[in-house]
Amino acid sequence: MNFKKAGLDSCPLTLGSTDQSEGSILRSRWFPFFNFAHAQFIFKMAAVQGGMVDAKDELDIKSEPPSDGFGNSNANDGRLLSSSPGAGTGGTATGNNKPAPGPPEEQQTLLAVLQFLKKSKLAESAEILRREAGLPEDALDPKGTDASGSGPGLAAGSGQVDGVDASSLLSRVTVSSSAAAQAPKKAAAGEDQPDVSVVLSAYSQQGDPSLYDAYYSGLKRFIESVLDCHRAELSQLFYPLFVHMYLELVYNNNESVAKAFFEKFSGDQECYYEQDLRILSSLTKKEHMKGNETLLDFRTSKFVLRISRDSYQLLKRHLQERQNNQIWNIIQEHLYIDIFDGMPRSKSQIDAMSGSLAGEARREANKAKVFYGLLKEPEIELPLDDEDEEAENEEGKPKKKKPKKDSMGSKSKKQDPNAPLQTRIPLPELKDSDKLDKIMYMKESTKRIRLGSDNLPSICFYTFLNAYQGLTAVDVTDDSSLIAGGFADSTVRVWSVTPKKLRKVKSAADLNLIDKESDDVLERIMDEKTASELKILYGHSGPVYGISFSPDRNYLLSSSEDGTIRLWSLQTFTCLVGYKGHNYPVWDTQFSPYGYYFVSGGHDRVARLWATDHYQPLRIFAGHLADITCTRFHPNSNYVATGSSDRTIRLWDVLNGNCVRIFTGHKGPIHALAFSPNGKFLASGATDGRVLLWDIGHGLMVGELKGHTDTIYSLRFSRDGEILASGSMDNTVRLWDAMKAFDDLETDDFTAATGHIHLQDNSQELLLGTYMTKSTPVLHLHFTRRNLLLAAGAYNP
Amino acid sequence: LSGSVTMAADREERRFAEVSRDSVKLMAESAGLELGDEVAALLAEDVCYRLREAAQSSAQFMRHAKRKKLTVDDFNKALRWSNVEAICGYGAQDAMLFRSVKEGELFFVEDRDINLIELALATNIPKGCAETMVRGMFTLLSSVVAPCSVPAAVQSLSDDLLKYYQQITRAILGEDPHLMKVALQDLQSNSKIAALLPYFVYVISGVKSVSHDLEQLNRLLHMVKSLVQNPYLYLGSYVRSLVSSVMYCILEPLAASINPLNDHWTLRDYAALLLSHIFWTHGDLVSGLYRQILLSLQKVLSDPVRPLCSHYGAVVGLHALGWKAVERVLFPHLPAYWANLQAVLDDYSVSNAQVKADGHKVYGAILVAVERLLKMKALSLPQPAEGCSSSQPGCLAGPMGYRVSSPGLSPPPEPLAEAGLGIASHLQAGGAGCQWEEWSPVPLPAMYSELYSFFGDSLAVRFSTEQSFGGFSPCTPSHFRETRKEPLGHVSNPDTTRKMPQLTANLNISPRQDGSPRTDPPPPSLAATGSVRSLARSSMQRSRASSSRSGQRSIGLSRDVFPKARFTSPHSGPPTFSFVIGGRQMGRRCQGRRPFQTIFVPTPPPPVVLPRVYTHKLPVIGRVCKPLRRWTRSHYSLHLPL
Repeated sequence: MNFKKAGLDSCPLTLGSTDQSEGSILRSRWFPFFNFAHAQFIFKMAAVQGGMVDAKDELDIKSEPPSDGFGNSNANDGRLLSSSPGAGTGGTATGNNKPAPGPPEEQQTLLAVLQFLKKSKLAESAEILRREAGLPEDALDPKGTDASGSGPGLAAGSGQVDGVDASSLLSRVTVSSSAAAQAPKKAAAGEDQPDVSVVLSAYSQQGDPSLYDAYYSGLKRFIESVLDCHRAELSQLFYPLFVHMYLELVYNNNESVAKAFFEKFSGDQECYYEQDLRILSSLTKKEHMKGNETLLDFRTSKFVLRISRDSYQLLKRHLQERQNNQIWNIIQEHLYIDIFDGMPRSKSQIDAMSGSLAGEARREANKAKVFYGLLKEPEIELPLDDEDEEAENEEGKPKKKKPKKDSMGSKSKKQDPNAPLQTRIPLPELKDSDKLDKIMYMKESTKRIRLGSDNLPSICFYTFLNAYQGLTAVDVTDDSSLIAGGFADSTVRVWSVTPKKLRKVKSAADLNLIDKESDDVLERIMDEKTASELKILYGHSGPVYGISFSPDRNYLLSSSEDGTIRLWSLQTFTCLVGYKGHNYPVWDTQFSPYGYYFVSGGHDRVARLWATDHYQPLRIFAGHLADITCTRFHPNSNYVATGSSDRTIRLWDVLNGNCVRIFTGHKGPIHALAFSPNGKFLASGATDGRVLLWDIGHGLMVGELKGHTDTIYSLRFSRDGEILASGSMDNTVRLWDAMKAFDDLETDDFTAATGHIHLQDNSQELLLGTYMTKSTPVLHLHFTRRNLLLAAGAYNP
Repeated sequence: LSGSVTMAADREERRFAEVSRDSVKLMAESAGLELGDEVAALLAEDVCYRLREAAQSSAQFMRHAKRKKLTVDDFNKALRWSNVEAICGYGAQDAMLFRSVKEGELFFVEDRDINLIELALATNIPKGCAETMVRGMFTLLSSVVAPCSVPAAVQSLSDDLLKYYQQITRAILGEDPHLMKVALQDLQSNSKIAALLPYFVYVISGVKSVSHDLEQLNRLLHMVKSLVQNPYLYLGSYVRSLVSSVMYCILEPLAASINPLNDHWTLRDYAALLLSHIFWTHGDLVSGLYRQILLSLQKVLSDPVRPLCSHYGAVVGLHALGWKAVERVLFPHLPAYWANLQAVLDDYSVSNAQVKADGHKVYGAILVAVERLLKMKALSLPQPAEGCSSSQPGCLAGPMGYRVSSPGLSPPPEPLAEAGLGIASHLQAGGAGCQWEEWSPVPLPAMYSELYSFFGDSLAVRFSTEQSFGGFSPCTPSHFRETRKEPLGHVSNPDTTRKMPQLTANLNISPRQDGSPRTDPPPPSLAATGSVRSLARSSMQRSRASSSRSGQRSIGLSRDVFPKARFTSPHSGPPTFSFVIGGRQMGRRCQGRRPFQTIFVPTPPPPVVLPRVYTHKLPVIGRVCKPLRRWTRSHYSLHLPL
């Protein structure tokens, strides 16, 4: 198992394959479990991406309709079974005989992996996998029907290794040599159609194109005529149906019909789909469909709708009466209708949750239990001279209820029932310096200011002046002593904001001269000559999009457009490690609150969990349908939240790599995430200028904060969680009453199984203040340990 | 994909920029290729699509770089990640010049030749841009300041800025008036001094250290003015600091005012003007600023221990903030304050002369303020004919609406006259925005009667007809209206005006008639402005009442000069006319100051707030210094001619 993962994460993306077995050996043995679903997903992604090239080749070379000639080869995805035989027949009533994903599918995935390994000449790995999975020897027989389905796609995946980037937009027009090079490989894979064609060919069954208009307007008329309570729910159908019908038309070369169809009905769609519609409208050729990522998302994932049983029955009856098979087929094949019992939802309820690329989250996706409680803090023996401090702490605690890190008297504090086991994931042991820092932290916390709606924090704004090269990321250490900026010129700059200057450790030769027994050896190793306020770290070869200090302030992480994440030492101010794996721009990275682990996410749509002492990832979180734009660790380090351009937020379990929550509701790419200090809530900000609040335990949206007029790039809760600060491209910092937002929740809403919460529009009441900067977008926010709010951004004249 | 090729011709729904077939052909030609129409059309369409796709993915790079502007760099990155060669040579920050040639219907990007040799051998090597740095600054300082040491600003100023700062401050605070002028001018228009703002604000906050030097105070105030007027500066929370510096000049018993030779009054007037200017232009930057200012003014006014010059400052400050401020703060405090002032003014001892002179100043300032209050309030009232009973202090449309509705009755208003009165017009516009909740407006008639009880005939504003008053205040107690009778009767009867010198014309003229040694006629220009305005006003007043008094219109003008004379040109002379006349008028008539207050027996006596307790305190302050020299200066010793 351990091994398989190594092959997995590197297969679609890494260039060199020789070190894979080596990597597997180095891999940590801490996480014995790997999730099949994700393995499968990654494979699907790989297959899809690689397959596009093949599909194109297929067309170029044979110019043969791709719908022909594939039989049951698409075993990779069960849902396609129902659609593929119907090619050309149009009216086949496929019914709802969807095979549930189960063991056979898993086995197919394994076979696919096996096939891939074999192709890549990793015989040893293949053998291990075969043994561990308990597959028969002949499972690798290329003629095996199961394996052949995904084979070509994987072959294409390795074709990528040859240098053809699957997602390239223009290469298919210009690059012909590589296509030719791939032809033999494809021939070897047999006459099966590659995966992408399979996905696409779902569109090949067509009715009369001229009737699409009638179908759609018929449904529209019907939905408009039903009772109000059902209309809102059924209206959700419009957008996915519209898109799929349009794509079908385009796919079947009915360009003019498609255009007319688009013209006629695009105006009916909800405004928050505008961006996708714009992409869609530019797409009028079958050839273009193959390279379009948005489209791929739409095809590879079912659009999820949540509809009450009553409304669904209504729809079903209507479609059956009208014999409207075209639409029924689309619903069956491309949509996933999550039927619930109970009252139909209102328009506002639906609008609050919709907007993501693939519809709402299925309810069962948010059913898993999440241990959102905080870990118990280790007991720290305070030095004797700090006794009074401790007394002060003890006494202050019951009142203050500081949620984080101050559980000195842990004897009195019970384990949070919602907290994960202390040892659920292995955490690094505290070093002496960490303990000292914790003591400092507790001392500071006693002086912390209680914030509230009538007690707003002071805001100190750090302006980056003369940042003509472009400031792209900012981070501040927890103790607010250092501030770092990532710049578009590939540099990382670290400033000290205290009088204490930044110093390097002396060179090795000089270190030899030091008396290692002296008490102040830590001071002696520093080279006074290098003291300065600013240190510049050179190493990246592209803009630095993400930056994160380690909790102990010894390290700094930076992620860049060049596809790497770099770990820098703040002792020597040199690069220690370059973590390669994403191979595409890495948009964000963050250290775990306990150090050691970090998470990263980027253009390749996967988030990765790393440990600083492993140069390959420990976990790969795959599932997002578009770029991962931001990543955050849960305060208890057991979970990771990722925000994406597909307008969803996902919460991943670090232990097993499962996706445990999917939050939909944003109408634009998500660029900011923040966990509340007690771990219960998550706040997210997006390009739509809204902040949404989520209850992690129940998996529900619990609030919407409207006010910003541009992308929100930073969110931060105050240390005690009373205030939420948001910073935006609109040059403002806004403060929100988080206490009130969470207190006002009606608990009834949580008990409802359907989880349809009615959001009240109280943004104005919750907004405590708006503070303008001087044409400086707010890129980062940070509460000091005493609850002074620091904001940072580059002056942008 | 045969058949279904739509020509690029159907351009009706052109949602995107498109590369036309002709362009493609042209490009092909330039590369030496012949393309068929169909091929070109196909290519054009594909090019468009690819462009759009690349643009879309480049937008992602823009978003992650946290910019709003798409750059060539973003586009190149998008191309790179789709395995397409980047476009080189277009990295400039500036927009590309896109030119067209009419004849050929050609569009092209202007691409100038650059002489590399020249560039390489150039001797003026441009300086690199300044170093990137981080600077901390407070955006919001809440009432609770963390006890911790706030992380200090990391970087100080660049050398250039530092030099500029030194030069500017030296010029402004130095001796050369011309240099100062230039410096102020630059401060007012320089767009690059944002970084210096805190330093300048700090310098200005040094007013306290130079309170002995009027000249320096004046210069600092001018500095404030320049900063405030600089359109490129965002003052932010520094407004508060600036305001407090200005308030210091208005309110504090400056060391300079110990010497009566120092014209600190002018300084206070100027500072008050500045205050109103800051407030009306930047008041929105700090919430609650208006209220805060009012409160501090009120505090000074209600503090009898403070010297009279502070009180004077408070009054002119209120006046500068607008008639609403006067109504809200000064008017309610007047009864209490009056008792003190009265005591000062009534003390004829030689030792009190200085204090008394100051008292007269205050008196004059109050008079000016309340006169305008009355006028503006009257103007802000709706048409009296409708008998609208509630007085609406915030009625903005008042003056304008009135003029429009009665064009024949009043001479066409001269807009310049209004504009010349910068403050007043600002106040009208903005005053309504800052309502103070706890305060309830006093109806105009009640206000008038109360003020009249204080000032008597010195009040230049008149309300003539009983009818209008009845209309204004149905709630006025009947006995109150009885008391009105007397002046009203005179109003309606032109013959009696001399006996009760309430008509402005008479008041103005009479001093001249008896040839009193009045040395300071108001500057003619001011009088002109004033008269036009007062003409409008007085005619309005009258038109509201019986229209039979047109004869007095012409002479009823220049009395209104006072408010304007003071506030349009604070430097034009000691702002004391108003009292000179009023005092003299009264003095001539009867002995002492009694007539100020009497005439109407049943006047509600001012609520006595321990007047006697204060009176013995008041002179004490003023007595600090009173050089006898003062007596020789008739300019100041207003009571001499009495």
